[in-house]
Amino acid sequence: MSLIEIENVSKRFGTVTAVDCLDLTVQAGEFLTLLGPSGCGKTTVLRMIAGLEMPDEGLIRIKGKTVFSSTEGIYLAPGKRGIGLVFQSYALWPHMTVFENVAFGLQVQGVERNELGNRVHASLDYMRLQGMEKRYPQQLSGGQQQRVALARMLVTRPSIFLMDEPLSNLDAKLRMEMRSEIKRLHWESGATTLYVTHDQNEALTLSTQVAVMDKGILQQVASPHQIYRRPANLFVADFIGSPTINFIPGKVHREEGSLVFRNEDLVLPAPPEEDLAGKEVTAAIRPEDIRVLAPEEGKGPGGEVYSILPAGAEVILQVKKGNLLFTIRVMGEVSFEMGEKVFLQLPLEAMVFYDKEKGTLLYPSREQKNGSRAI
Amino acid sequence: MQMAASFKVWANRFRFRISRPHVVMGILLLVLLVALVIIPFLRMVHDTAVWQEADTRISRAAKPGEWTAFHYLRVFSGRLSAVIFYRPLLHSLETSLAISFLAMALGGLLAWLVVRTDMPFRRAVAVFAVIPYVLPSYTLALAWLDFFKNERVGGAAGIYQYLFGAPTPDWLAYGFLPIVITLSLHYYPFTYLLLSGALVSIDAHMEECGEVLGASRFTILRRITFPIVLPALLSAFILTFSRALGTFGTPYFLGAPVRYFTLSTTIYSNIVNRTPAVAYISALVLILISMFILYANQRLIGSKSFVTIAGKGFRHRLTPLGKFRYPAFFLAFGLILLGVFIPLFLLAWQTLMLYPNDYSLKNLTLHFWVGKSDPALAEGESGILRNLQVLGAAWNSLELSVLVALVTGLTGIFIGYVAVKGRKTWLAAMVEQGSFLPYLIPSIAFGAIYLSLFTQPVGPIPSLYGSFFLLVLVCMAKNLPFSARSGISSMLQVAGELEESAVVAGASWAKRFWKIILPLTLTGSISGFILVFIATMRELSLIILLVTPTTRTLTTMTFRYVEQGYAQFADAIIVLIVLIVVAGEFIARRLGKREIA
Repeated sequence: MSLIEIENVSKRFGTVTAVDCLDLTVQAGEFLTLLGPSGCGKTTVLRMIAGLEMPDEGLIRIKGKTVFSSTEGIYLAPGKRGIGLVFQSYALWPHMTVFENVAFGLQVQGVERNELGNRVHASLDYMRLQGMEKRYPQQLSGGQQQRVALARMLVTRPSIFLMDEPLSNLDAKLRMEMRSEIKRLHWESGATTLYVTHDQNEALTLSTQVAVMDKGILQQVASPHQIYRRPANLFVADFIGSPTINFIPGKVHREEGSLVFRNEDLVLPAPPEEDLAGKEVTAAIRPEDIRVLAPEEGKGPGGEVYSILPAGAEVILQVKKGNLLFTIRVMGEVSFEMGEKVFLQLPLEAMVFYDKEKGTLLYPSREQKNGSRAI
Repeated sequence: MQMAASFKVWANRFRFRISRPHVVMGILLLVLLVALVIIPFLRMVHDTAVWQEADTRISRAAKPGEWTAFHYLRVFSGRLSAVIFYRPLLHSLETSLAISFLAMALGGLLAWLVVRTDMPFRRAVAVFAVIPYVLPSYTLALAWLDFFKNERVGGAAGIYQYLFGAPTPDWLAYGFLPIVITLSLHYYPFTYLLLSGALVSIDAHMEECGEVLGASRFTILRRITFPIVLPALLSAFILTFSRALGTFGTPYFLGAPVRYFTLSTTIYSNIVNRTPAVAYISALVLILISMFILYANQRLIGSKSFVTIAGKGFRHRLTPLGKFRYPAFFLAFGLILLGVFIPLFLLAWQTLMLYPNDYSLKNLTLHFWVGKSDPALAEGESGILRNLQVLGAAWNSLELSVLVALVTGLTGIFIGYVAVKGRKTWLAAMVEQGSFLPYLIPSIAFGAIYLSLFTQPVGPIPSLYGSFFLLVLVCMAKNLPFSARSGISSMLQVAGELEESAVVAGASWAKRFWKIILPLTLTGSISGFILVFIATMRELSLIILLVTPTTRTLTTMTFRYVEQGYAQFADAIIVLIVLIVVAGEFIARRLGKREIA
């Protein structure tokens, strides 16, 4: 069942188009992350679903009920949409105790006193905040404040959780802890969750679906695996992954009956797609998909080691070949030295090809399965 | 079809936009500002160009209600224009300029000594340095009269004559010099506050960089520090200048006896002498000068306001004064002595003297405070604490100040809400800019504007002249820029998400305002409330034209007593005002400290 439906929604702030003709559907029980660089419009989408921002055009339905329509003039207040929201700053009311913060939503709904107390306590217990009721937000640590914000969202039992970069104010260690907290919350409550972040790790680890946005335009909606392995366009390919994906510009030629990918510095076999012949393309390959071979073992394109950046469990290696600089991730340790000559292996099945001008995916097309590839 | 559909989308969008609370409130505030500032102003301009009822005494050609250039010609090029306009204009400009420079020098020096040197007792100096600003502006003028008064104005002469046996020369007793000295001592805290704020918030590293590069302390002061605080210094100048331009009490008390009139005092006398159009034209000129200066200020420093202010205090290395440490302290102490303690002592002493000009101990009495009516003294007026007129005025003053503080403070919070929620919309910008307008209009001119509008009924509104409500309105309007600013800054402290969380929880606007916004902004606004209370408590220039016997306040009572020559009564009331106002200031500071903690 599609729980949230967004149709053709646009939002402008002055001359800036924050969200441009967005169509997006979120299925019940999904954990969908809106991912993109800052200013891409992801927060605006969340706020429009919450009802805090008014779209200029379009339609939004929640659970089949229209909550906003520009043509019919429908606008349902946020409090009536059955949503819960957690802000980046937590937005805990500093003049209220933890208990009062959590109880506020129930008071507004006119929940009877006893039940209110029970529900607030249940929600605080669930977030492991027993004994904190009488404290003020300023007296809590960042992680505890975060839990209060989650408790406040949970207490009214919304069917949709909206979270706007909830973890970006936490330090790295707490962030890991809260990630699993949020994942548990989603799993146990079964509530549909819409999560906004600019942190791709967060997006890839938490979500069932990731929606990548840029400049107000939705670029791709897919599972984290698909987003990583088969980015729909050059922007997504470049944005996802750290270190970033390698781009190799070139042209597909027909040589001696088969297709080859060629530029000034190297020649590689091209995918067997007749449509590609004669096209300017950009080939992309993830740093961990390139193999580096010592001179004695290898053949194929050779280059020089440009830099070696060890990072604990892995080593990031840069290899220069002509005008190209490859970034390669090698697990474990490497025995190369700066300036040493090495050979590279770029397996075709790990490569993705894009139209150089339009940036759209050419090969493998979305329908094509690629079973041989493990993550 | 297409057209109709897109029109519908547009109409819905418009409907959504204007139904948001901050938009509704913004529109209401805009209407309020138009009613409180724009309409009165236009009305006054209108009155300068129309024959007045009173003009039939001056000119046969007068046809009340019809357009005429008569008033302008009379003021700018008539036979009397030197007397009624050009000379007062010159006096206004020369006193205001001299006051601004002197106040800037005093305040600047004090700020530097307190913030950046190792002068002893800096904290104590800092506490007392701002007191003059809290006192009514003409306190010093009255004290000056107690000391230097000669026989020119009738009544007893001052201490000077008692000590030296000769009457005080006029140039020392009245006119330019005493006006400049007393008002500079009153206004220097502006510079002190602005400059010490700027000095504290400069990033210490900027100066240390200069030091590392080998610059001397003086070079650093001249090449780095001074340019950075220049904008603060300029705003202090502007602030002082426009206040000095619009103040009425001091130039009247010290200037009128020798016919040294300024624009502000001619406005008053022209109203009293029933030539209001002349007063309105003078008011208009005052407003234009004020606007021009503020505009020049914007042009000069608008783009250059260095936001090096990181919002926190930096630890600066203090300049050692060496053998000048104590001389510097005595200088600062002397300034405070002259600006606060000696004048207040003189005033208090005066109230305790049965017969003026007798400075012996046996002449001391509490008659003017608690004495019963005695026909032998002051035509039988009883002491101020049992004088029904004074007590009535005190009640009026308190009622007015409390009411104005509450109404203005609340309006300020509303303005803050509209300005912050509607950031970048034209409505919010209009409200924010509009609330600044009263700042451009000198106090006495503001009073004149309200006088011109409300002496007759306006549409459905009856003539408000003589009503308490009119005083509330004018004080509220005049204090609006101040409370709007404090409202905006306290609203900026409240993250928008705090309200949005309540929106998501389903709370109505009233509930959000009452439960979230008001509690969160109140702590930031209480000291603002008290400052408006203080400002209203000591206000004279603004309301002098508008009070009637039933609505008189303590300040206007003082004014009447001075005019009648009862220095003791006038001084006693001033002492009373000072006590109330200083108490308010200390409460405000206490609260202010708590907020920071």
